Amino acid sequence: MHHEKIVPMIHSEYLILVVGMGLVTYIPRWFPIFFLSRRQLPQWFSEWLDLIPVAILSALVFPELVTGGNPRHLDFSQPQLWVALPTFLFALKTKSLGGTVVVGMLLFWVVGKLL
Amino acid sequence: MVEIHVSTKEKGDPGPIAREGMQAAWPICLGYFPIGLAFGVLAQKAGLHPVEIGLMSLLVFAGSSQFIAVSMLSGGATVLSIVITTFVINLRHVLMSSSLAVYLRSLSGGWAALFAYGVTDESFAVNLTRFRNGNWDWRQAVVLNHTANAAWIGSSILGAYSGQFIPAGAFGIDYALIAMFLCLLVFQLRGKLYTVTAIIAGVLAAILALLVPGNVYIVLASILAATFGVVFRRLTPA
Repeated sequence: MHHEKIVPMIHSEYLILVVGMGLVTYIPRWFPIFFLSRRQLPQWFSEWLDLIPVAILSALVFPELVTGGNPRHLDFSQPQLWVALPTFLFALKTKSLGGTVVVGMLLFWVVGKLL
Repeated sequence: MVEIHVSTKEKGDPGPIAREGMQAAWPICLGYFPIGLAFGVLAQKAGLHPVEIGLMSLLVFAGSSQFIAVSMLSGGATVLSIVITTFVINLRHVLMSSSLAVYLRSLSGGWAALFAYGVTDESFAVNLTRFRNGNWDWRQAVVLNHTANAAWIGSSILGAYSGQFIPAGAFGIDYALIAMFLCLLVFQLRGKLYTVTAIIAGVLAAILALLVPGNVYIVLASILAATFGVVFRRLTPA
């Protein structure tokens, strides 16, 4: 009975799923741009928004370096962490995004070969 | 204060703008490629057709929630529970879009809607850095978002067809996004207050990541650290 489908019959349930996922992902992305870009923001809120990027970037990357596993636990032995130190220094020194990406990848690759 | 960016090339040739947007997107594309491939492989193993996989990447465009959706699907979860989980995972974009909104004051509704579709952790970080440096407006930003999106959709479909033939971890490509975030973090360290906020956010995020399941730790730590930063700024004379 097996036959190869070129274009599948997409079940309506799957369609509802991806449309639903798309909507709940899109609305938080769109709403602040629509709402905030048309208003004068209070001073404290502008100051707060000004600090959000640095906070998010740090909150995104730091746990990646020092935690691992499932369930998550502290792990200071990951190559992610030890490669991050020279990569971070390289970024500080050169301020080059492309260079940092290449250096980080190269170091991570070399460390992976050595371990 | 808020600056309104008025482009000097208001009605210029779209060529250079498109090229700048695409060039700025390359680290993101490089980082998305292995993740998209992995997603495609996983989703295909979970029984999804490449067309269905591409459709999810097109409509959702949010990596971690797509991985989780696929694993929930194969675990027999209901549509509603997957949608609610997706909402919680992707709520952090509210903060990112709020920060970007300051630079998008001149943007019309339609373009804003198109831009918003492409706000991800990665495009947010690169666009915001560019906006702050000046010489960047919504047009390059829209191109960047959609270049990254194309890389995501393309790599997930490629993964659905052929991912199992590409060795995992080749050339350290798995590290591309971490290295990118590290460098963008360096760009944001523009003074003591920013460094202090970064340290608080990072330490809090790591602690919360251990205590709370899922990825709410990103939002929680960012809100707490930025709030602390504002209070700190108010309490200490400039």
